[in-house]
Amino acid sequence: MMLPDKNIYGGLLPAALLLCVCSHAQSAADTVRVLQKVQVTTKLPQRDITPVQRMNAQTLEQLSSQSVADAIRYFSGVQLKDYGGIGGLKTVNIRSMGTNHTGVFYDGIQLGNAQNGQVDLGKFSLDNVEEVNLYNGQKAEIFQPAKDFGSAGSIYLQSARPVFKGDKKDNLRLTFKTGSFGLINPGITWQRKISSKVNGHISTEWTHANGRYRFRYKKHNSDGSIAYDTTAIRENGDVNAVRLEGGLDGKTEKTEWKWKTYSYISERGLPGYIANNVFKHGQRQWDSNLFTQGWYRRKVTKRYNLLLSGKLAYDYTRYLDTDTANMYTDNRYKQTELYLSAANEYTIAGSWKLALSADYQWNKLNANLVDFAYPVRHTGLLAAATSWRINGFAVQGSLLGTVVKDLVRVRDAAPVKTVYTPAVFLSWQPFGKTDVTLRSFYKKIFRMPTFNDLYYTFIGNSLLKPEYATQYDVGATWSRTAEGKLLKQASIQVDAYYNSVTDKIVAVPTSNPFRWMMMNLGKVEIRGLDVAAQADWRLSALASVNTRLTYTFQQAQDFTDATDAFYGNQIPYIPRHSFSAIATAGYKQWSLNYSFIYTGERYDQKANILKNYLQPWYTTDVSISRYADIAGGRWRVAIDVNNVFNQYYDVVLNYPMPGRNYKLVVQVNL
Amino acid sequence: MKIQLLALLMLLVLLASCRKEARVIEPVETGLQPPDPASALKGFYLLNEGNMGSNKCTLDYFDYATGKYNENIYGKANPTVVKELGDVGNDIHVYGGKLYAVINVSNKVEVLDVSTARRIAQINIPNCRYITFYGGKAYVSSYAGPVQLDPNAQIGYVAEIDTATLKVTRQVTVGYQPEEMAVVHNKLYVANSGGYRFPNYDRTVSVIELSSFMEIKKIDVAINLHRLKADSEGDLYVTSRGDYYNTPSNLYVIDTRTDRVKDTLQIPASNICITGDSAYVYSVEWNWNTQANTVSYAIVNTRTEQLVTRNFITDGTEKNIRIPYGIAVNPLTQDIYVTDAKDYVSPGTLYCFDKTGKKKWSVVTGDIPAHMAFVWK
Repeated sequence: MMLPDKNIYGGLLPAALLLCVCSHAQSAADTVRVLQKVQVTTKLPQRDITPVQRMNAQTLEQLSSQSVADAIRYFSGVQLKDYGGIGGLKTVNIRSMGTNHTGVFYDGIQLGNAQNGQVDLGKFSLDNVEEVNLYNGQKAEIFQPAKDFGSAGSIYLQSARPVFKGDKKDNLRLTFKTGSFGLINPGITWQRKISSKVNGHISTEWTHANGRYRFRYKKHNSDGSIAYDTTAIRENGDVNAVRLEGGLDGKTEKTEWKWKTYSYISERGLPGYIANNVFKHGQRQWDSNLFTQGWYRRKVTKRYNLLLSGKLAYDYTRYLDTDTANMYTDNRYKQTELYLSAANEYTIAGSWKLALSADYQWNKLNANLVDFAYPVRHTGLLAAATSWRINGFAVQGSLLGTVVKDLVRVRDAAPVKTVYTPAVFLSWQPFGKTDVTLRSFYKKIFRMPTFNDLYYTFIGNSLLKPEYATQYDVGATWSRTAEGKLLKQASIQVDAYYNSVTDKIVAVPTSNPFRWMMMNLGKVEIRGLDVAAQADWRLSALASVNTRLTYTFQQAQDFTDATDAFYGNQIPYIPRHSFSAIATAGYKQWSLNYSFIYTGERYDQKANILKNYLQPWYTTDVSISRYADIAGGRWRVAIDVNNVFNQYYDVVLNYPMPGRNYKLVVQVNL
Repeated sequence: MKIQLLALLMLLVLLASCRKEARVIEPVETGLQPPDPASALKGFYLLNEGNMGSNKCTLDYFDYATGKYNENIYGKANPTVVKELGDVGNDIHVYGGKLYAVINVSNKVEVLDVSTARRIAQINIPNCRYITFYGGKAYVSSYAGPVQLDPNAQIGYVAEIDTATLKVTRQVTVGYQPEEMAVVHNKLYVANSGGYRFPNYDRTVSVIELSSFMEIKKIDVAINLHRLKADSEGDLYVTSRGDYYNTPSNLYVIDTRTDRVKDTLQIPASNICITGDSAYVYSVEWNWNTQANTVSYAIVNTRTEQLVTRNFITDGTEKNIRIPYGIAVNPLTQDIYVTDAKDYVSPGTLYCFDKTGKKKWSVVTGDIPAHMAFVWK
């Protein structure tokens, strides 16, 4: 019997506790010293008022992660849906509220997808990413575009910002990665100091992989003998992608601005699911994602700041299925987005600030589908926010108003929607200057039904209402720095929360299993606990160790319909327990990284029964790297071994993940 | 501290070596009605489709002799079959001591021993849909016929299988996306849906002469045909799914002596089961105005072609059935079996009603319980 494995939890919880205990025992460290300096917009508050987790360039470099998605797995409260392989879809879900409630921002401006609301983080390479931040609720600022108030949780990706040493005017970085899956991945980044006030950069990368890897499915009989044990090669998982981005940024005493153009052009195979007698699929996908965006910030007066932002994006997807056993499909989707924002901040008195942001967004979706609606959406957002700090107290409140109007060519457009959603954040440092921050927030937010939800042929339902997420969070951060001690710095942050998702947009069956109808029926309640701890150990002048640990508890229950047998069951793909650990040891010019991820048992469908049970999985990745200064360049050579124990597992049912795999990285900074 | 750190690392490594092995899922047995060892019917199989991509097609068996229901028996009977029964079971029939299960997305017909459910053979037929039998041959409809110039117009075909050798002997192309079939007077009738070709649905029944295995004509009926059942008089009951928007589902009667539509019953029909002179017809239709499904359970007298009732479930149980998805009638007792597929992604329910439409029992099934086949002694 494949019963829930209690032993593993038995082993896990003490591990998390052990860390807390030892951190306290050593009582050290100001946590986010390194991390705090990196905010892109406006100065950062002394302590974050919202729960935030960060990963800086150093950590990202040590993790042998290929994409942003791989790195995000090491945050607490996050579940990644990973369809496997280098080209596989990877979407993120914060605190079990669903992918569509997660906002992903690149260099300060949101990445959109009006068609299905999902951002594939597998497409975002870490090559040019300097920092990844995860905020629950919203970014702890009031001076930001209205859209930044508009998600239940947000991920901010920050591309590398040029730093020029001394008189240097050019930075050049060459990277070459190769290894399993037939990976060939060269990249070049060139940063140029154009003037004392303006920098430019260009970064490009080619990712080519055949995507082949071994996977294994094995089952045992009740007497322990092997029922079946089969190993096969994952096919049609190839990817060929070019990323090219470039931009300019400038800074004067009163102004700061940034402009960026990004393109990602790719072709990939979709390896599909594995089923009996189906070990290979033939679907292909082509993507072109282009955007140009910029922002400009000015300190207009002593009290008044202005931030203007804009973006133009075009996304093209072609999906082709020529398998004669399937319906022939050659679909093309074209999305266009225009986005404009003006944010204003006014200091009323002392630390009391007021902000007002107005955004406008225009989205359009074209597709070569029969009877297609060709939807166009106008979205207006207005956010009013205020913040106030006194004696260790900080309060922030915001109200977001959203108006959405759709236009369609066939059938009916969704009625105009006007939605107001508030958020309140509090934080308190009770012991004056010591390092404990208590915080709490309440936020109500919604996600609009996507174009697919509303207008997709047959399944779309234009009468859909927005889907709401309401969050209540209480948390604390403790951190300490002790220069010269063994435990140089440490921090731990704990958040307990209750979320409810109401009017959840779910697919409801009609007369035919291929004909679903989207409806506002679902209700999910989430009770969770996120723990994230970090410590820097200084063993000697030459040796240091950095550790990060996260633990996540999620009780995410389906309360849609009391007559369902699965009423109150854990929702699909959300483990009750998950856990991650990273330890990086540096000695002289060597660096050794160990990273571990544990995802507890899950169910792949709503009913928590044996048939839907998915085993826990846990992977260990090890990376060893050496730095060397040769001929004016700083070299780094790294060997990564991922999934060292060669565990075969599915994150998503029937989408097998790779076993042990290798990567070689050679990088030089000139 | 170093020791603590080391201990922590060791703990993690330890964790990496303790995961329980995956096991073949055991059948779940439920007693439902008093044992009836004297019944001329041994039992019936129920094929659960499983949602596409889930690979959760499962097989259940009800035994009249014991009155017990066994859910999910395939894995235990065939532990060596990799990834079990497969993805989306679409039809099941018993013929000549063998059980034939058509597994649509797994592109195969699974041939099992009817008394043990052990695999005898697997016959690969891409995108196979339904099966019917006549004169020692099995006929399987498939969407995956030859691709012609226009890849959007892939024609369907019917494969003939010799039930002795379990090999495909002949093939004939029919209409677009062929569904159910029946043999009457040495002719094979095939309902063509054209479901892949929305909005240009097929609207014909193909007539195949069995001796030559050639399509001799097409009978124009209505768009998007699906079910096709023969009654005792040689009439065919054919359902149209409609287009889900403007054209509603409907039920047509074809006279096989003239090969013409002789009657339109003007009732929506999702599925039909004919026993004696009664056609049990249920329907599920999405209503845009009420944002809900409209469900009906009708009986049509196949001699008079008149509606006998619009609700053969008489005790109010129909309110608990969200999506009726499969129907069978015990030819001896006239007990009515109706399955509820619910939300398609969680276990369904099989209901048993007596011939007056009162519930006798219900039992939890696999996902999307759909197709039933009786086993005679």
